[in-house]
Amino acid sequence: MLAVRIESPNDFDEWRGKARRLLAAGVAPHQIVWRQGREENGLFEGGEEFLPNPDGPVGSVPRAFIDLARQVIQHSDPERFAILYRVLWRQQADSQLLTNAGDRDASVLTRMASAVRRDSHKMKAFVRFKTVPDASGAERFLGWFEPEHYTLEATAPFFARRFAGMVWGIVTPYASAWWDLEHLRFGPGGRKADVPAEDAVEEDWKTYYSSIFNPARLKVSMMKSEMPVKYWRNLPEAERIAPLIRNAQALEQDMIARAATQPPARHLRQKARAHDGDPNEPKEIASLAEAKIAIEECRRCPLYEHATQAVFGEGPVSAEVMFVGEQPGDQEDLQGKPFIGPAGQVLDEAIEKVGIDRRKVYVTNAVKHFKFEPRGKRRIHQRPDGGEVQACKFWVDLERQFVRPKVVVALGATAAQSLLGRASVTISKVRGEPIPLDDGSVLFITNHPSYLLRIPDAEGKARERGKFEADLAMVREVMESLEKSGGTRGRA
Amino acid sequence: MVALTLTRKLAILADAAKYDASCASSGTEKRDSSGTKGIGSTEGSGICHSYAPDGRCISLLKLLLTNFCIYDCAYCINRSSSNVQRARFAVDEVVRLTLDFYKRNYIEGLFLSSGIIRSPDHTMEEMVRVARTLRETHHFAGYIHLKVIPNASPELLVEAGRWADRLSTNIELPTDAALETFAPEKRPSEIRTAMARLRGKLVEAEPEKKARAKPAKFAPAGQSTQMIVGADGADDGAILTRAAGLYSGYQLKRVYYSAFSPIPDASSRLPLKPPPLMREHRLYQADWLIRFYGFDVPEIVSGGEEGHLDLAVDPKLAWALKHRQNFPVDVNRAERETLLRVPGLGVNAVKRILVSRRHHRLRLDDVARMTASIDKVRPFISTADWTPGGLTDDARLRQKLAPPPEQLSLF
Repeated sequence: MLAVRIESPNDFDEWRGKARRLLAAGVAPHQIVWRQGREENGLFEGGEEFLPNPDGPVGSVPRAFIDLARQVIQHSDPERFAILYRVLWRQQADSQLLTNAGDRDASVLTRMASAVRRDSHKMKAFVRFKTVPDASGAERFLGWFEPEHYTLEATAPFFARRFAGMVWGIVTPYASAWWDLEHLRFGPGGRKADVPAEDAVEEDWKTYYSSIFNPARLKVSMMKSEMPVKYWRNLPEAERIAPLIRNAQALEQDMIARAATQPPARHLRQKARAHDGDPNEPKEIASLAEAKIAIEECRRCPLYEHATQAVFGEGPVSAEVMFVGEQPGDQEDLQGKPFIGPAGQVLDEAIEKVGIDRRKVYVTNAVKHFKFEPRGKRRIHQRPDGGEVQACKFWVDLERQFVRPKVVVALGATAAQSLLGRASVTISKVRGEPIPLDDGSVLFITNHPSYLLRIPDAEGKARERGKFEADLAMVREVMESLEKSGGTRGRA
Repeated sequence: MVALTLTRKLAILADAAKYDASCASSGTEKRDSSGTKGIGSTEGSGICHSYAPDGRCISLLKLLLTNFCIYDCAYCINRSSSNVQRARFAVDEVVRLTLDFYKRNYIEGLFLSSGIIRSPDHTMEEMVRVARTLRETHHFAGYIHLKVIPNASPELLVEAGRWADRLSTNIELPTDAALETFAPEKRPSEIRTAMARLRGKLVEAEPEKKARAKPAKFAPAGQSTQMIVGADGADDGAILTRAAGLYSGYQLKRVYYSAFSPIPDASSRLPLKPPPLMREHRLYQADWLIRFYGFDVPEIVSGGEEGHLDLAVDPKLAWALKHRQNFPVDVNRAERETLLRVPGLGVNAVKRILVSRRHHRLRLDDVARMTASIDKVRPFISTADWTPGGLTDDARLRQKLAPPPEQLSLF
């Protein structure tokens, strides 16, 4: 048998050097016995010195094998060198070997790598540093950890990145790692006694551990699977586990059984003060500003439940024209303002183009809460139903009552239904005609601007936009003629 | 009043914080303390540094700045009418505890919340000051999660997002009606408006592809929320509908479900019984299915009875048992979306199936190697060498697949 000696338990480059020489010499896996460190050769074993010494790569393997091997080399199984070489050898004929989940060697390597990753992860989690004052009185930190595999060297850089501003050392049975604020160095292994047994902050940590535990949720097996018992001897908080479990049930029963006590005096004083102020009586709404506050509590239909907030109308209370849309969209709902999304932009452009004075415009919606259907990370607009429109008419009427616009423009069928109090309206039949309303104002009905956004072809879009602007131009003309005749606010 | 020791305060204010379920420290930007003279790093996935006997991960130092509170929310241990002992940390005390714990590798960072004292702005300001001191004075690069007080000023929100990795606002209860009953001082629309505002800031902070200037950082680990399960009468359908609405509206990373747990000195208005842990577990599973498996809320809820999920079997299996007409699924032909609906096949198993069936037709053994338990999968699939025959429609299938009821001890 050819004996091959590996000095370091986890040095990938050392193993790769030997493996290259073996591969170059065409030595098959079954002809080799791998020896690590001071392990003695058996009788009739040896001959490593006769292998050729290639300068560089001698074969090719997928990148994934190198990554896997760097992990597997840290595993404590003495067979790791042999299995790695066997897979290296077999890959010369079958480069897809590792992707075959059914292959025994491939699945062993995958399992070993995952055990190494877990061991490394547990080191990151369960090292506990203790302070050691040095000669100058500065804090130094020392931790003792017992890894299952040879994972210290590959894991120590994590600690160097995390604790860059601390001087620290981690001691394990097989090696130690040292950080001096600039360099990471490795040294020989040690014993648990090399690290202080206690730390001044540990008491606080145990207090925290005990206090954050909820005795009503006892689930010991879950804890043990994530924090196996073998780690407990090096975790200061573990001494609290047994008493916490012992008392949990009694504590929970006590919480359930005990009746509520009388509230403290401080609470009663606070309550008394709170009640002096405003008794939560429903008040009559006397202005537009009051309506805007009152609508936040609106429960007239169920839409408030999932919308962010009620979106009230916006514009001067002296506005001469009121645009009424359907309902707030996604953006309007988030920001609490009407017509700020894409449809609002279309409306703004048209208003400006036909020459309506923006300062005389009030915009609002027939329904004040956003109705939607959740779909993943998006909310899909849904048309409000008759009941919702009817419920929200209360607020539209209040807005009309306080703003008293001369012209009201219904954008889309929902707004028209609300303003006319009808169950259905066909826009093409009623657009372009002024409709007198009970309070003496004039209603125009046109499309909702979002309708223009949904038309796919450019030609149709331009045509519909033209019609929309023509409707708004008519609104402007009516406003002008009303102004000239002077009969503006003569309704009172 | 006798001054409390720091250790006593820690005991009170950790105890007061434990009903917040989140302890996640993952999903933030990658950074470390190399060359900063400080400490701290975040490298993608978080680390659980310990586990309490309740099986929950301890990753962050979870504290309340104070448990004094002017609100009187019935479900909360810190409500103003409760007689729990009160305490209040100074900003520097929280900073010192965080650093002391972090340096000993006990934690990934800090999760700071607070009772409302004086005013929302005052409370939020103190919390922001803790985060700012850690970052600016101590160059702390560990994880910070701050609770957002819903109606605190937008400027404080911006600053909170500058220092914290994650921000959260708790929706608390699944329906507005329940919130009004149990938390009379909280305004549901104020809570949602806070989330909407956070979403706006998160979107602003997303770098645009072509822009040269990077936008200012804002809570790189996003926002989350928590809902208490079992304190009010809402069914699972209402809970999941609320969650789906929140996910779709506010780009939440997570909705946490927290089984209502008896608390010391509880209000007499609440159901005092052990927390419904299985219900909480099923809700997390359903939440996962909705976000990653293409199920919608009504579908998931249809697996159970009367708006509640089935407690005995997981929600996907419950759904499949009630929709057997969709099975068996041919693993050699079905699309990804269909495979994801097979009980026992997770995202990874489906990925493996799709890759390996390109090489050869899959047999039952192949599928068995890719999943944790083939027993659950077998009645719902067909392979090159297997069809379930009458098994799929077997009236006793549910009984066969449900875990056996807990054995009673002899007495």
